[in-house]
Amino acid sequence: MTRAAARTSASARADAAPSTAWSDAAIAIALLAVDPKILGGVWLRGAASEASQRLVDLLQDLLPPGAPVRKLPANAPDDRLLGGLDLAATLARGRPVHDRGLLAEADGGAIVVSGAERVTPGLAGRIAAALDRGAVAAERDGFGTVTPARFAVLAFDEGGPDDAAPPPALTERLGLVIPLSGLTRADLASPSPFTAKHVAAARDRLAALETPDDVLEALARAALALGICGVRPLIFARAAARAAAALAGRDAVAEDDLALAARLTLGPRAVCLPPAAEDDEDATETPDAAEPDDSDGAGGEGETGDPRDLAEQVLEAARASLPAGLLDDGATSRVSAASAGRSGAAQTSKRRGRPIGSRPGRPEGGARLDLVATLRAAAPWQRLRRRERASDEADDRVIVRREDFRVLRLKERRRALTIFVVDASGSAALNRLAEAKGAVELLLAEAYVRRDEVALIAFRGAGAELRLPPTRSLARARRSLAGLPGGGGTPLASAIEAATLLAEAARRRGDAPSLVFLTDGQANVARDGTGGRARAQDEALAAARLLRARGHKALVIDVSPRPQPRARDISTEMGARYLPLPCADAASLARIAATNA
Amino acid sequence: MLDRPHRIPAAARAAALASGRPPFPFSAIVGQDEMKTALLIAAVDASVGGVLAIGDRGSGKSTAVRALAALLPAQNAVEGCVYGCDPERPDSGCPSCATLGARPRSVQRRAPVVDLPLGATEDRVVGALDLERALTLGEKSFEPGLLARANRGFLYIDEVNLLEDHLVDLLLDVAASGENIVEREGLSVRHPARFVLIGSGNPEEGELRPQLLDRFGLCVEVRAPDEIAARIEVVKRRDAYERAPDAFAAAWAEEDGKIRRRVERARKRLDAVAFDDAALETVARLCVTVGADGLRGELTLMRAARALAALQGAKAVTDRHIREIAAPALRHRLRRNPLDETGSSARIERAVADVLG
Repeated sequence: MTRAAARTSASARADAAPSTAWSDAAIAIALLAVDPKILGGVWLRGAASEASQRLVDLLQDLLPPGAPVRKLPANAPDDRLLGGLDLAATLARGRPVHDRGLLAEADGGAIVVSGAERVTPGLAGRIAAALDRGAVAAERDGFGTVTPARFAVLAFDEGGPDDAAPPPALTERLGLVIPLSGLTRADLASPSPFTAKHVAAARDRLAALETPDDVLEALARAALALGICGVRPLIFARAAARAAAALAGRDAVAEDDLALAARLTLGPRAVCLPPAAEDDEDATETPDAAEPDDSDGAGGEGETGDPRDLAEQVLEAARASLPAGLLDDGATSRVSAASAGRSGAAQTSKRRGRPIGSRPGRPEGGARLDLVATLRAAAPWQRLRRRERASDEADDRVIVRREDFRVLRLKERRRALTIFVVDASGSAALNRLAEAKGAVELLLAEAYVRRDEVALIAFRGAGAELRLPPTRSLARARRSLAGLPGGGGTPLASAIEAATLLAEAARRRGDAPSLVFLTDGQANVARDGTGGRARAQDEALAAARLLRARGHKALVIDVSPRPQPRARDISTEMGARYLPLPCADAASLARIAATNA
Repeated sequence: MLDRPHRIPAAARAAALASGRPPFPFSAIVGQDEMKTALLIAAVDASVGGVLAIGDRGSGKSTAVRALAALLPAQNAVEGCVYGCDPERPDSGCPSCATLGARPRSVQRRAPVVDLPLGATEDRVVGALDLERALTLGEKSFEPGLLARANRGFLYIDEVNLLEDHLVDLLLDVAASGENIVEREGLSVRHPARFVLIGSGNPEEGELRPQLLDRFGLCVEVRAPDEIAARIEVVKRRDAYERAPDAFAAAWAEEDGKIRRRVERARKRLDAVAFDDAALETVARLCVTVGADGLRGELTLMRAARALAALQGAKAVTDRHIREIAAPALRHRLRRNPLDETGSSARIERAVADVLG
């Protein structure tokens, strides 16, 4: 596997050469094609839509001929996903016919999930269950089926850096992670470095491939140093190293394979920076320094020394793919918030209300026909009805009568979402933050009975940040609120904008958002992150007017020690309620927010 | 009036056929002692009331439950009864047994462990009109659902927190009464449905409703191992299993057999395990000290401690048993204080230290 080494020089040479992201993606897809069973899939982050089709084609080319590749919409309904009654065939044949669904159709091939960031936890859970079992177990529409579904997953995550990640139930089962940024036009035209032949040969080699004993320990040490918990990432790293060795035509896993595996599986999952090598402070800057005996060991026959040294080298490789921003202040919580996903919000489906059964009735006035229930209602009477008919009618169609019609009972649920927008600027921020955190947690404690959600945006310094995506999980809220930093300027306009966007998104999902601002209204940072009180104020007022135009319910709590006209002005422009509460505590904030919603 | 009352569900056959390879052996699971103990306790005494395993994904929760299924001792069942009634304790209300005559024969069967997959529809869970018979034969017959299959066994729900609300409500009703009542499509059927509920999930994906939480007897927290050696061992065993499932299962068959015999002995011994007044008082004081809601905590802790003593071959319940099982029996029953960061396990530890010293 010399590709990893060749990559650096190649990308420096000319812009016609594939970018790092592209060659990594191409390698990851080849590794997946070699060992789809263990590696599960590739999580492609920041995927551009032009690139995704090309990557899907790459995978298709590497899979055995005729292997199915199925696109899975992020909002796929259960009957399409898991299978169910094939009504047309059932009616035609006069006996129940089962339709096996997308997941089972992909058996032996791959599932492509585009817009993975919009996947709901429910959908993720269903895909995850199929990945774990290699089969789809479904209990639906009169059928209990277990159908083989061994597939690999290509998940295109088009969420931006501020968006939360797809549900962890899905991403934690996708072994390889590729950030797809910096793609060039040349990338899309560049041919795959591997062919189906390479992959087939590598598959054959895989079973007999040797994995030196210290490999696993090196990977385990590296994972630990990167703060990666759980056993799955280790299994992925080991499998990726083995697939890389097999693809390179080796008989045993070598150091290069480990380095590649660490870069594609461990690095992107890092939640903390690995401690610098004890004996060499410059290890971070000069990768070569950490690989003293690498010159003859590279591409060798798995001649690896002390697992600790090996672990150091693995770590070094993983550093190349550490998530951007890991070095920033508060980055650990941002990453973990992202890894926890936006599942709380995504939990609401795009459908307005979910079916909770069916009732007799006619499909009129917007009521949706429940086909299966209707058929069921009609089914037992078919013989009787045929007999009642003229004897010369010998067709076997199902006779459905008006009294058989069943319509879906939908449970419409507009979930309340309270968005806290908290001013974390200045010295008094810490105090307010603590109260805001407390209020969020109190609301959550009630929310999980009512199934309402809470979100929190904090603003300070140059901009606003979604600290807590809509959720009703206490565990996640605590984790993401812990260590919320304070201090810096007041980018109020950015905060109002971010809150408006979040509220709009919630409304599109059918939720009922309400906003609670905790601020003193002293805007002094403009939207572009620069200082200047006058412009910052003007922009904040403009943003407030926009919020009002969208018709969102808002409340401004003035937290300055002596209430100022500024916060009142903002609330007037927002059309919001204004409450001067210089020393509000968590309990009263929670109470006020609850009445606001 | 039913033309043909009950059929053996096709799904049961399908599920049996699909599992081509043996499950990962119970005894080969690295660590996770609390979860393993809780599952064994539920296997010894169904009245403890089910197990909820929450925590890290990929830490082998599903693996453990499926492993338990392979480990459970066989049970006697009325031959031909769809609900697998116990021949020793015939159920006079069982509609299936009613069709079998006065002296039905008895057969040995595996204790059922039934999966309730996400996306299941209500008709499959509670049972419904048998569509095939209705369509092809024009007969009206009841096809029992998952609840019927789970009778006298286990009902397993992975990702229980993602389960649809209306299914949760339904399960709660049946779990409380031990009887499934179906009134739909002109059918009127009631049949026994006594099962041990096993759930697993990750609280980060949404909290469980308190009513459902309370339904589980024991709640175990599952963590992925921290130590390098343990992690490596997990990966190695996984790999060995993936390469040769049958050989791997065979290698652990003896260990699994030992555990199975322990469960069998514990079941026989259970009624003879003494629970003296001092132990009773310890249990009561512990529940008051931690502030566990309701009587259910006390009952569960008593039963679980007794089952644990039986598993360990003890003649009487001692403080040691109570101490060991206090956290799983009580941690999900504590009144929640959202501002208190202290985990419920830590609160129980403190209470145990206060009461038991």
